[in-house]
Amino acid sequence: MTDGAAASPPIGTHGLDWLDEEAPDGDIVISSRVRLARNLQGYSFSAQATGEEREALLEKARAATEAAGVLEAVDFWEVSRLDPVDRLLLLERRLVSKELIGKPETGPRRGSGLALSRTRALGMMVNEEDHLRLQTLRGGFQLVAAWRDLDQLDEEVGARLPYAYHQEFGFLTSCPTNVGTGLRASVFIHLPGLVLTRQIRKVLEGMGQLGVTYRGLYGEGSRIVGNLFQISNQTTLGKTEEDLIDQLERLVGRVIGYEKQARAVLLREAPNVLEDKVWRAYGILCHARSLPFEEMMNLLSGVRLGVSLKLLKSPRVDVISRMMIHAQTAHLARAAGRRLDEADADAFRASYVRRALNGAESN
Amino acid sequence: MDCENCGERKAKITLTEIENNEMRTLNLCTTCATLKGVSAGGGSAPMADLLAHLGGSTGDTLFDEAGEACEYCGTGAGDFRKSGRLGCPQCYAQFDRQLRALLRRVHGSSQHMGKVYVSTAPDADPEQVRLSTLRRRLERAVEIEDFESAADLRDAIHALTEVP
Repeated sequence: MTDGAAASPPIGTHGLDWLDEEAPDGDIVISSRVRLARNLQGYSFSAQATGEEREALLEKARAATEAAGVLEAVDFWEVSRLDPVDRLLLLERRLVSKELIGKPETGPRRGSGLALSRTRALGMMVNEEDHLRLQTLRGGFQLVAAWRDLDQLDEEVGARLPYAYHQEFGFLTSCPTNVGTGLRASVFIHLPGLVLTRQIRKVLEGMGQLGVTYRGLYGEGSRIVGNLFQISNQTTLGKTEEDLIDQLERLVGRVIGYEKQARAVLLREAPNVLEDKVWRAYGILCHARSLPFEEMMNLLSGVRLGVSLKLLKSPRVDVISRMMIHAQTAHLARAAGRRLDEADADAFRASYVRRALNGAESN
Repeated sequence: MDCENCGERKAKITLTEIENNEMRTLNLCTTCATLKGVSAGGGSAPMADLLAHLGGSTGDTLFDEAGEACEYCGTGAGDFRKSGRLGCPQCYAQFDRQLRALLRRVHGSSQHMGKVYVSTAPDADPEQVRLSTLRRRLERAVEIEDFESAADLRDAIHALTEVP
């Protein structure tokens, strides 16, 4: 650990509180997230700003978040002072973006920062693509609650820092795809029923025509792993924040309905195949000695489906969500207390998963 | 493992399908997975849409490589076409006409309907910011002899500075 890292507050369990929440529709929607892009008047956008300007922005953001009541107690990190494993921990918890932490060989740019409440996943990235990216994460399907928290943070920060705002275009952002409300709301959703019944394409294509977009999560680029999708609003201008949230919420509600129908069809039409798939996934996870991340995610998808359909009694879905976070490489390395190469990580992951499943009620 | 569909590329996605009470697992490369409709292709991502608009024939006329640069940060139309990123908040005034057209295509509207923001932050007087922006634009209009805009801008500045 470097001297700089020693001066930063520890990462601890920051940003994981949403796992403990009551999660509405938690067997299908893992989490809900909202972010707002904001920039300050009088500065170039972060990519163009000088190192001094970025540092000045960082200090302004630090002062504004420390004064924001909605954050209760807040921790603030200058990303360059964090050690590399801590940066990856934050990435694996989806509290920072790849852009904010920079490439492994170069590290973050000067002035990159993260503010995070000590009690909830609510805070902001500083000097990412925009000066400020206010963000929050909630368990299950809770877009409206997430928006309310974020709106309050936005009011408090906007009263202290002068946002760049245009009468016609709204909140100004580095990329015109974010301008206006600067709002991107998304849900992280598990759709094995639609994938297994081959309806997923139809559903996803239908969404594209309604101002909503999707991508896979985890893995390189944005390919689909574990039947998990991220669905978000595509446009940010021309509608109120409430309308954007409401539109996404209604659409995701419909997708949840389709997913439930697909699961019912599978249970009715192919119960033996489905049960076999679920139990095989559970069996491998309980006994494997080496588990690559993507294999684990695909198997956990089967287990989550089994629990949701009551084919398995355990683990609870929140335990599965927790495993998806803690079985990522940086989290395993932190638990092991050392760097792990790929083979080590796969063995540690298998061991972690066995313990987690044994800790849950047996089936 | 090689893709079980094309046998050429590396398999990256495991696709499981159930049909007629039979389960089938296929290990596919990203391309074949896309063809089977399981890609994570992101429907149409906003950024891809934007770049498509910028790169198309309409983009050519909207953001001309040889066009002027933002007088505050120096970002030129060509820079924006390459990166899809503007340089500073003033770029929105600089490229006002082109952006308005682009925003209509990307978002279906150029009019913000969301939260109204009036800065109460100590180091920003929105009127001052607006005034200085108008003055810069006036200078620019006079420079390029766009006297019609200059007259409008002068009126707007006058309206803001007039003591009630």
